[in-house]
Amino acid sequence: MSRLLVCPPDYFRIDYEINPWMRRTNAVDPSRAADQWQVLMDVLAHDVAAGIEQMRPVKGLPDMVFTANAGVVIGRRALVSRFRYPERQREEAHFERWFREQGYEVIILDKSLNFEGAGDLLRFPDTWFGGYRQRSDIQAFPKIGDIFQRVIIPLELIDARFYHLDTCFCPLSGGELLYFPSAFDSYGKAAIAQRISEDRRLVVPEEEALRFACNAVSIGKQVVIQAGCPRTTQLLEACGYRTYAVQLDEFMKSGGAAKCLTLALD
Amino acid sequence: MTESQETVFLQGHIIDSLILAKILDTILMMGGTFDLQDVKIGATRDAESQARIVVRAPSSRVLGDILRAVQPHGAAIEREADCRYEPAPARGVFPEQFYATTHLPTQVRLDGEWVEIEGMEMDLGICVDPAKSCARTVPMGAVTAGELIVTGREGIRVTPLARPAERDVFGFMESVVSSERPHQPVIADIARRMQTLRERHRQGGAGAKVLLAGGPAIVHAGGRDALTWLVDQGYVQVLFCGNALAAHDMEAGLYGTSLGYGLAAGRSVPHGHEHHLRTINRIRAIGSIQAAVRSGVVADGIMAACVRRDVKMVMAGTIRDDGPLPGVLTDSMAAQQAMRAEIRGIGLALLVASTLHAIATGNLLPATIPTVCVDVNPAVPTKLADRGSFQAVGLVMDAASFLTELARELGWRP
Repeated sequence: MSRLLVCPPDYFRIDYEINPWMRRTNAVDPSRAADQWQVLMDVLAHDVAAGIEQMRPVKGLPDMVFTANAGVVIGRRALVSRFRYPERQREEAHFERWFREQGYEVIILDKSLNFEGAGDLLRFPDTWFGGYRQRSDIQAFPKIGDIFQRVIIPLELIDARFYHLDTCFCPLSGGELLYFPSAFDSYGKAAIAQRISEDRRLVVPEEEALRFACNAVSIGKQVVIQAGCPRTTQLLEACGYRTYAVQLDEFMKSGGAAKCLTLALD
Repeated sequence: MTESQETVFLQGHIIDSLILAKILDTILMMGGTFDLQDVKIGATRDAESQARIVVRAPSSRVLGDILRAVQPHGAAIEREADCRYEPAPARGVFPEQFYATTHLPTQVRLDGEWVEIEGMEMDLGICVDPAKSCARTVPMGAVTAGELIVTGREGIRVTPLARPAERDVFGFMESVVSSERPHQPVIADIARRMQTLRERHRQGGAGAKVLLAGGPAIVHAGGRDALTWLVDQGYVQVLFCGNALAAHDMEAGLYGTSLGYGLAAGRSVPHGHEHHLRTINRIRAIGSIQAAVRSGVVADGIMAACVRRDVKMVMAGTIRDDGPLPGVLTDSMAAQQAMRAEIRGIGLALLVASTLHAIATGNLLPATIPTVCVDVNPAVPTKLADRGSFQAVGLVMDAASFLTELARELGWRP
């Protein structure tokens, strides 16, 4: 059974602006956010049948709800993130403590390198892809590749709206890729094409990419996706995936959706 | 031309991800150039690769822009150390570990800054003044005790020659020596370049002077009139030669012979072997070649043209000289120093029919100066290349034919 780490949105709000989606004036409705998060949990736990590990939220750390950025977990090893912005750096100690308490072997990267966890490191069975330039540093990937003995292909994120790789790039369990090509330059697109054949690349239209269609959770033949992405849903269903649409627009105010709200634990 | 450069290091899956291609494209698009050094391509698709890239740019500002653009893609600047230096232990003696120069453009790093070395020439030392942040070459014999001389190899950058924009024979900057090589296109390229340089020199442009270093075979072989014409037309600004070229040129003017052979009749003239001695004696009596020309005693030929056109002449003597003529420098080191002083501002060097002067001049020339070595003996251009002047274009042909063809190409109609 797939297990996911989540953190309830008790303190979720917009206290600062560190991506183009965040506007302090665009306040979060706390009860609506709590309801949306709960629906997501229900879908993940019951429809998709994932195991849910919940960590305690911390007052004053509104973005801890986005556990995808806690780090990367491979087997019993957890590599803890190093956030680019000071606003989120205070989350690092809490994520690290949680990994230690759960018995993971915790790996810490060089302090000089920024790396924002599963938000910027996405995995196919044979190749991993790393998003850089917006949040993570490209120099982190050769080091992470050495730690886990995997090939990591770095991809520059050229559009500030797609500031983490998981906002525009979503590997599916069947080997297909759901992605928004315009978030990458020609080198990135060519590097993706070298590894993922055309018939396995599902191109998300711009208006749905801007609704975080790529920020989906893929477990087995099931995909949990932001509501209001009909064309992406069709693409997925044509490949044999069962889709679950969940409304998460309160979290989109902060620049995140289903995938950002979860961290895959192997 | 002051090029700025910095070395960057890159590693990871830089090939498959096209990160290396992106960085190289970025350097070129921003007006820089690069040299790939120590590229290690991963043995398998899954293995990492690494590359060390020397980034060059026309100015430090452009270089800074390029480095800022490539750093986010993982190109890490390799910080280099300052150069090391020690005081010269005595007059005319370098420190034990002195750095010996090449004739390529070279910089040394002083207090974090790359400083261009003045007077680049092969086989010298580098004298630095850290307080003034400057560096110059210095010959071993000219160093004074206590001068700071660069030692070791750290903090020294030698820039390989960039291929010049001109697509002529000099574009390749390589000494292909072959008597089979067609001469005409090479001579046409030299003529074109001389035409351009003369124009630039007339407008007061820097680096536009033409140097000719020649031997007496120019006169023996019948190249005197062509070279005289070239000098008269303003195609030559500096002449390096020995006692013999000057003596036989003036002998031809005074007696119509060259080393006693009648230049017109082509056979030895009675007592002709004395002619060059009488010529030298006459000039010695007058006091100088310049005075001999101005007084009308020497009325035609190469020397007369050089004096008329105010060509800078350095005459270096040798052990077998007769006389010598006034103005011939018999102290080899003084001659070398005088030649060195005239190298500045040279845009083309023609080394014609003289092993000694060709090699001596080649040693003084920076690699950036287009150079032609003409000799009937292929061993001369080969020897020049073997001694490091790889930029010299070798032409295996007779001096007179070369000068005549060159002058004709430039419009000479005798």
